[in-house]
Amino acid sequence: MIHLPLLPVLVPLVAAILQLALHRAGPGLARGLGLASVALLALASALLLRATGDGGVIPVQLGNWPAPFGITFVADRLAATMVAVTTAVAIPALLAATDGTDRMGRHFHPFFQLQLAGLNGAFLTGDLFNLFVFFEVLLIASYGLLAHGGGPARARTGLHYVALNLAGSILFLFALGLLYGTLGTLNLADVAGRLATVPEADQPLVRTALALMLGVFAFKAAILPLGFWLPHAYAAASAPVAALYAVLTKVGIYAMLRLSATALAGTPWTADLLAPWLMPAALGTVVVATLGVLAARRLGPMVAHLLLLSTGMLAVGVAVGGPAMLAALLYYLPHTTLVSAALFLLVGRIVAWRGEAADRIEHGPRPPGAGWLAAAFLALAIAVTGLPPLSGFLGKVMMLAAAPATPTGYVIWGSFILSGFVGALAMARAASVLFWEPVGPLREAPPGPAGRARADLALALSLAFVPLLVLGAAPLSAHAQATAEQIAARRPYLEAVLPDGSAPVARERRP
Amino acid sequence: MELIVSAGIGALVATGIYLILRERSFSVVLGLTLLSYAANLFIFAGGRLSAEAPPLVLDAVAAGTALAADPLPQALVLTAIVISFGMTAFLVAFALRTLAETGGDHVDGGDGEGRR
Repeated sequence: MIHLPLLPVLVPLVAAILQLALHRAGPGLARGLGLASVALLALASALLLRATGDGGVIPVQLGNWPAPFGITFVADRLAATMVAVTTAVAIPALLAATDGTDRMGRHFHPFFQLQLAGLNGAFLTGDLFNLFVFFEVLLIASYGLLAHGGGPARARTGLHYVALNLAGSILFLFALGLLYGTLGTLNLADVAGRLATVPEADQPLVRTALALMLGVFAFKAAILPLGFWLPHAYAAASAPVAALYAVLTKVGIYAMLRLSATALAGTPWTADLLAPWLMPAALGTVVVATLGVLAARRLGPMVAHLLLLSTGMLAVGVAVGGPAMLAALLYYLPHTTLVSAALFLLVGRIVAWRGEAADRIEHGPRPPGAGWLAAAFLALAIAVTGLPPLSGFLGKVMMLAAAPATPTGYVIWGSFILSGFVGALAMARAASVLFWEPVGPLREAPPGPAGRARADLALALSLAFVPLLVLGAAPLSAHAQATAEQIAARRPYLEAVLPDGSAPVARERRP
Repeated sequence: MELIVSAGIGALVATGIYLILRERSFSVVLGLTLLSYAANLFIFAGGRLSAEAPPLVLDAVAAGTALAADPLPQALVLTAIVISFGMTAFLVAFALRTLAETGGDHVDGGDGEGRR
């Protein structure tokens, strides 16, 4: 199956088209198509993980055009892992949306599938312009999803989110234009090869282009000075959408990691482009997000700040670099994405039955089934703040063990441990108010018993990953180790996309 | 030629940045549109500014005696134009919806004077 890497993009794309074409057939069909699509995606991700598991890098040259000229898709361990994580988040999120959230507005399901297509495409593409296109696909879907359900809060934050992301896209375009103008290629592997041959006079231009691009990725990942949009946008989105958004920031982290490991690490004058400024920005993100968790008066912004905190920690990992830290990061990334998504689903489940109190951390009616919700809250709080015995603890220990023994390393230790402590404090405070001090009568569930059962099923499904991440820690961290080694080696990726036989074509066409 | 194009792009960017920092969403939409024009022109210029260069490989180009125009930036810019056009249309629709939901076209909703 040589076209396997295309499947994670094509399946949701076809599903979205079918849902749009058949939207008159009723919402049931759209739901069915959506669930069938994510089930197929689960199969495709499993196949992709197996196909890349032996260390192979699978390139797909669309239309059989050779690499620097055609459109290239590349599946390696990292891309397969990211696709699998996306699918693992999408299944419970879509299931949770079928509790009635998907009927609060029009075209929820096509947007959801397009978002998946954009995410998977961004992970699998081997071309920087294609990365831009897939960013736009996932962004336009995310605009629609954010506004889903309506209301002034969503309209207001939605406008900010759209305007900021459009500005980011325009910066990305400038970076692409500059990079193409100087290197004459946008294929990532070809860019990596060409960086070595750039004449000294052109190096500042290329550095500018790459720095602009990294800045755009940092904006997508919501790293410090560019991250203040995230808590508002994520807190305003409906629960299933926010759960899917947990993957969205990881696209920025992934793109930074891919660009720096594949292209920037190869030449000395680009190798220092990322780490020097990413480290303080990432540590700042950790600090600000920690304060945000403590200051949040509503559950939505609190969880959004927890997500921001984990993104900051991942960015610290990218800034440190090196196989050991990357291995730790690649174990921590699936954990934090899955746990954040589960937290968003849990918040949605709690909020739906609290009436006027909504997600404010104050006394309100106890939601039905509070016992199991409280247990879920406890498990997720332990996982997200990195307390033993769950996967957050393992991931944090791996990252701290890989931190360098320098003053920066000590700052990393201090900020990670303090942020975990503060997070635990905030979660404990929120839980004691929510679950132990209920006032007022129970409110009857508005979405009906079927909706509640589906929301609970989705939550249980996303919670099931928490013990799996601990029980499967050994194979998962071995996989993360192998992935990190593959990224750090660089050669497998470059040689798979541009085999040695293909002679570099002269593209120097300066008038 | 280079000077005119670069000055034009610079003017578009400057105007665009000024406009996206305004408080009315209409100005922000216009500013983003101007910025995307600037980005499109910039990509276009990335293919080198030349006149009368053939876009296809002819004998003279293959022999190295003539320069070929680079068709790829035009393809890139076409994609970028389509995307930015779609995004702008979406943003206008979104701004109109914000106007309907919050009762004003201030970027923070409402009339920008505390009423939301």
